[in-house]
Amino acid sequence: MADLTKSILALREKKAVVEKGGGEAAIEKQVAMGKLTARERIQAILDKNSFHETDMFVKHDGRDFGMDKKEFAADGVVTGTGTIGGAPVCIYAQDFTVAGGSLGLQHARKITKVMDIALKMKCPVIGINDSGGARIQEGVSALAGYGEIFYRNTIASGVIPQLSLILGPCAGGAVYSPALTDFVFVVEGISKMFITGPNVIKTVLGEDISMEDLGGARVHAEITGNAHFYALNEEECFEQVKNLLKFIPWNNQQKAPSVKAKEPKTKLNIEEVVPSDPKQPYDVRDVIRCIVDDSDFLEIQELWAANIVIGFGRMGGETVGFVANQPMVLAGVLDCDSADKAARFIRFCDSFNIPIVTLEDMPGYLPGVDQEHAGVIRHGAKVLYAYSEATVPKVTVILRKAYGGGYIAMNSRHLGADFMFAWPTAEIAVMGPDGAANIIFRKEIMEAEDQEAMRQEKVNEYIEKFANPYVAASKGFVDTVIEPKETRTQILHALKLSALKEECRPERKHGLPPF
Amino acid sequence: MEKIDKKYVDFSVMAGTYKTRLTKKFTNRPQWNKPEPGDVLSNLPGTIIQIKVKKGEKVEAGQLLLIHEAMKMLNRVVAPVSGIVTDINVNVGDKIGKNHLMIKIVENEK
Repeated sequence: MADLTKSILALREKKAVVEKGGGEAAIEKQVAMGKLTARERIQAILDKNSFHETDMFVKHDGRDFGMDKKEFAADGVVTGTGTIGGAPVCIYAQDFTVAGGSLGLQHARKITKVMDIALKMKCPVIGINDSGGARIQEGVSALAGYGEIFYRNTIASGVIPQLSLILGPCAGGAVYSPALTDFVFVVEGISKMFITGPNVIKTVLGEDISMEDLGGARVHAEITGNAHFYALNEEECFEQVKNLLKFIPWNNQQKAPSVKAKEPKTKLNIEEVVPSDPKQPYDVRDVIRCIVDDSDFLEIQELWAANIVIGFGRMGGETVGFVANQPMVLAGVLDCDSADKAARFIRFCDSFNIPIVTLEDMPGYLPGVDQEHAGVIRHGAKVLYAYSEATVPKVTVILRKAYGGGYIAMNSRHLGADFMFAWPTAEIAVMGPDGAANIIFRKEIMEAEDQEAMRQEKVNEYIEKFANPYVAASKGFVDTVIEPKETRTQILHALKLSALKEECRPERKHGLPPF
Repeated sequence: MEKIDKKYVDFSVMAGTYKTRLTKKFTNRPQWNKPEPGDVLSNLPGTIIQIKVKKGEKVEAGQLLLIHEAMKMLNRVVAPVSGIVTDINVNVGDKIGKNHLMIKIVENEK
């Protein structure tokens, strides 16, 4: 027995050494940057005492440049499994205090091991990125490590949810793992993400830019669209992670967890939220809050391409993905960015069995040379592709404007919507009244004595005849014209009816969305 | 509900004019200018290594104008049109960005 006690003590000692990471001085530096350590981060995200570490004693296999004499605790990355709200997750956290969190082949293999576990056990994987990049001394082995991570990110895509937290630098090739995952979280002042850093830009271009201005949290949340959630500190970020996981399933074979149904708690009156004049703006998120359980809406990519709103809410206790035009920003038009944003979200919902509710109020596509030249055609096509491809329940409510290509794109009957509702204020037409009157009545307007008066008369005539939901309803393109107050109950009924929906597609390897 | 915030501006799309907010990206979008056929712009950021022509020189389409090192390559920049070099806006050793107007050629009349 004495031997066993001795060996247990030896194990504890070995563990204690690894748990110290890069040592006190390095940890002090980490704390001074406002950052938690890798192990503290994992503890903060997972349920208490649920973390089970793997590969604590893995050693790197660098042999050149004196690396054979160096030891790196846990090879700079803490990996393992645990639970969040009782649900299993795999997790890894790069440890910046150990060799700057640099990635060598064994470091990468530790990560791919937990990814493999996640894929086999069908649970979400959470990656915490805080690394100086490839461990240069290991040469091409480090690159091999990145490649093996990217491969698994791709294979796991659409099978298990993948979350990336950028809690430190994430530069060069390393950025492509988060980019391949479903949700990227950034924290103000801490996240730094770019392909080529300020030094290279300075050398090549002579341009001076700080890491923050080049690839800080706000930049990715607002300008690039690389980030989905933006937080002011790490604690807020961890809350966002936990909140998101409540809305999504563990894997693509399951439904998102159901909770007790609740009535919306907002004091807003849905009839007053939306102005009847189609030219006046409002916040479409208020409409969502009027119809979701507990008025609880988790918005995704809030700051980027704000002309479209995406996010999760619950209806009757079940998770629903919302896609809504935002008339308050750029009149709610579709453009390159908003099309990208919506299409990717629709595909996430479809992959993970989450019904999609679309709230439509948009005048069309954003005009402009920059948009056309940036490829608004192929970007816009992604929305058509994503909606048509999706086989989850699809419900559309047309609130006001549904003109032209935008009408078709926003989950119309023609793209396979299961239920199409329209408010009496809906205007479903080939184009807006001004444009349509100018074309249809061009001759009458040109020949009139008072052209402006004639134009206005013809615009009014067009509005009277076509700017309503009844033309589309008369053709069965809209199933029901509903009162705004009925919106929640109508959607609830539609979702209840679609609970066992099945839709078949021709067999193929995969489709070819206009990437 | 007809009270409208001052931060909303008029915004026109084909369908009509709407009250809405603009985004930074929209406000800062680049204005389009018709490209001049004789303008030689850099298509990558990099460094000027050699300049092979002088101001006032007559050049033929396809003639080597300068060597521009970018992305670890020595790129040969050739004249897009035949004409007279009217401006050289770079010197050997200059670091330039993308879309920098390096040389201006006034095209021969056809």
